[in-house]
Amino acid sequence: MSGMLRVGIDVGGTNTDAVVLDDDDRVLATAKRPTSPDVTGGLRAVLDAVLAELPEPGMEKRVKRVMLGTTHATNAILERRALGRVAVLRLGAPATTSVPPLSEWPDDLRDTVAAGTAIVRGGHFVDGREIAPLDVDAVRKFVATTPADAIAVAGVFSPAGADQENRVAEIVRAEVGDVPVSLSHEIGSLGLLERENATVLNAALYGVARDVTAALREALTARGLEVETFFAQNDGTLMAVDYAARYPVLTIGSGPANSLRGAAYLSGVADAIVADVGGTSTDLGVLVGGFPRESAAAVEIGGVTTNFRMPDILSIALGGGTIVGAEPRSVGYRIGTEALVFGGSTPTMTDAAVAAGRGTVGTRPVPEEWRERLALAVRAADEAVADAVDRVALGRSRSGRAERPLVAVGGGAFLLADEVPGAREVIRPAHAEVANAVGAAIALASGRIETIVPASGGGSSRARLIDNAKEEAAARAVAAGADPATVQIVELSEIPLSYLPEPAVRLHVKAAGPLARQAG
Amino acid sequence: MQARITLEDVAALARGCAVLGTGGGGDVRPGAIAARRAIREHGEVPLVTLDELPDDALVLPLSGIGAPTVSNEMVHGTDEPVRIAEEIERIFGRPPAAVMSSEIGGGNGVAPVAWAARLGLPLLDADAMGRAFPEVQMVSMYVAGIPANLVVMTDVVGNVVTIRPIDGLWSEQIARAVCVAAGSSALMADYVLTARECAGAVIEGTVSRAIAVGRATEGAADPLATLTAELGAVRLISGKLADLERRTTGGFARGTATIEGTGDDRGRTLTLEIQNENLVAVEDGRVRAMVPDLITVVDSQTATAIQTEGLRYGQRVTVLAWPCDPLWRTPKGLETAGPRAFGYDMDYLPVEKIA
Repeated sequence: MSGMLRVGIDVGGTNTDAVVLDDDDRVLATAKRPTSPDVTGGLRAVLDAVLAELPEPGMEKRVKRVMLGTTHATNAILERRALGRVAVLRLGAPATTSVPPLSEWPDDLRDTVAAGTAIVRGGHFVDGREIAPLDVDAVRKFVATTPADAIAVAGVFSPAGADQENRVAEIVRAEVGDVPVSLSHEIGSLGLLERENATVLNAALYGVARDVTAALREALTARGLEVETFFAQNDGTLMAVDYAARYPVLTIGSGPANSLRGAAYLSGVADAIVADVGGTSTDLGVLVGGFPRESAAAVEIGGVTTNFRMPDILSIALGGGTIVGAEPRSVGYRIGTEALVFGGSTPTMTDAAVAAGRGTVGTRPVPEEWRERLALAVRAADEAVADAVDRVALGRSRSGRAERPLVAVGGGAFLLADEVPGAREVIRPAHAEVANAVGAAIALASGRIETIVPASGGGSSRARLIDNAKEEAAARAVAAGADPATVQIVELSEIPLSYLPEPAVRLHVKAAGPLARQAG
Repeated sequence: MQARITLEDVAALARGCAVLGTGGGGDVRPGAIAARRAIREHGEVPLVTLDELPDDALVLPLSGIGAPTVSNEMVHGTDEPVRIAEEIERIFGRPPAAVMSSEIGGGNGVAPVAWAARLGLPLLDADAMGRAFPEVQMVSMYVAGIPANLVVMTDVVGNVVTIRPIDGLWSEQIARAVCVAAGSSALMADYVLTARECAGAVIEGTVSRAIAVGRATEGAADPLATLTAELGAVRLISGKLADLERRTTGGFARGTATIEGTGDDRGRTLTLEIQNENLVAVEDGRVRAMVPDLITVVDSQTATAIQTEGLRYGQRVTVLAWPCDPLWRTPKGLETAGPRAFGYDMDYLPVEKIA
């Protein structure tokens, strides 16, 4: 009766979902509410609802942690709203001047965010030599004469040598005090322009992060809850609230990762295809060893290209609210009034699934005159799902047999047939409708790092550099909230580089572990 | 009215260069970003044909060399093309009159727009390959017998290196060593030649062709059919990428891709041999297209070219093949860049005869 409880919340495009889990990760309560335009309203509503669902009175007092996957940051960028003004400093001249910072940004976003940009002498070559010593005077002058809410710093090859970026952070503290600084080596991987873009977005989001944290705290305090809060990030892991306050851009795109991780937990399957059927679309992704398979393609946010690793997701226009004959349009959250089975006049995929005997949603039967068209819609949807499964399934296995099961989650999971070509079986776990919120609640904390090290045969410096990278990734995971005793290296990959004086590889290390036990 | 490359042309040029890249030639995006930036600062770039240049006008073939991972991180400065042009003027006693792309396929097809804009020079509507190739001697000037006796290189910090090699092989070796010393990224001019020497030694019309190829699919109802017609290509197969084997040996990204036919092509299988570029397409033991003819893999829906490093299992792709420039079909051309130059023990047969 005294175990700790935690709440997972996931803000989606149509719905905001919440769950309460106990110490053994058992689901005690679930709730689903429409996502409000301001996001925060829906968040409060779902929190009230899920706490009210708890089986015993007073249980909410045992909630000690809240994990939130939210679209606040994404919306702020898409709507150019509540963004801070950023002074952008690149260390790299005389290199890199052919493409100044923010060159390819949409004009309105650049106007909203840019307080000023400069390229000063500095940066590194791929082998660690300096392109030029850091131009300290130019840095001082730029920060002193460019009033801004935050400063973003991107140095050439900083992921392989962070000293100059760190030096800039010191200079900023000495010159202008408390202005927050985003350093690119803490945010992204190799690829200067994309990493710089992500760093500038991060700096622009500090205010948004403060607002969300404050809103969440207020909502929790109003319910008498004293809890630790964590934010979900795009790779399906968590970060503590003070870490999220420094790296708000990492919260972007957490939804798909949450739903994949939640599906893995609820089904007990670590390798699977996951189909998350929502109100307007079905997102298909692949679980490999319990984590989402990541996309190789560049990720664009609000018209800005970044090099974040996001889950490899294929979206098709199939949701519970999808309007039959008018795809990809959806009635969205108005499903409860507009669908035929709720007495409305719009034929939706929910109606089609009910007519096909796949669910018992609604308050009245499907009108006879619609049945033929709805049957056709179900057949077309089944084909679209089979085609999508085939696309994400990494090609056929050698044996020609379908090896992975399909885990069906999300509020519209009943739309899917019980047999899907290309999937070994279809698994429908309990609480599948709130898998994303479960995913947020059970997530690990993680840290990652990318750098350049000599290829094998590179001697003792290679082993030392790899050890350093592992330690740094683990330290970052602990800073994000992981228990130092259980944090592990979960990913280590090397990509060979060509045309270098010595054979070298790009090393990528990720560490993750369960959240540290709460003190006291 | 004189042709100009506008801000809007850059995206089409980049798409077209990716198609002509036959899977290699490097990412077109960084060059496109630099080109748009330079046009915004210096204005549109005149696109000239060979006959618009005086006979003794100097043509400056430019290309970036080095590792893509490096040039995507240590982006070029604004002054590299300027330093090379100054060195050329010092050597020849007169400034270059036009910039030329050394390789229209891939990133080096787009970036020359930025370099020409910075120099205030026109871009010659020509290149030295008509596609992408991995080695320095695989250029039309070499095939035409122009001596490779001058290479000028510069790096991001301002060093300028002038090489007077005894032949193309040494040119390649020394240029590579300079590139490594320069931090694995440099800008290079080689085979500087007069407009008179260009006749028959460069492949003409390739910049406007790349733009036309890129434009063709814009807003097309059936991008794949439109692209196939624009290229005069044969559709070798439409299907799904069913297997992909990669290996990195001798500095080349080698691999074999297997495409299983879908739809009308169901039951058929095509394999592609890859060494940076797509070199040979085989179906049922029969070669259907081979280098130096062009073989490009495109997304079946959008007709966007897919580079070899972007190939992934499960992709829905179409393989297109079409004839190379006649220069590559001469005995010297085939000796330089025919199937045997890449280690395939087979006689060249033109795509229009065997596809």
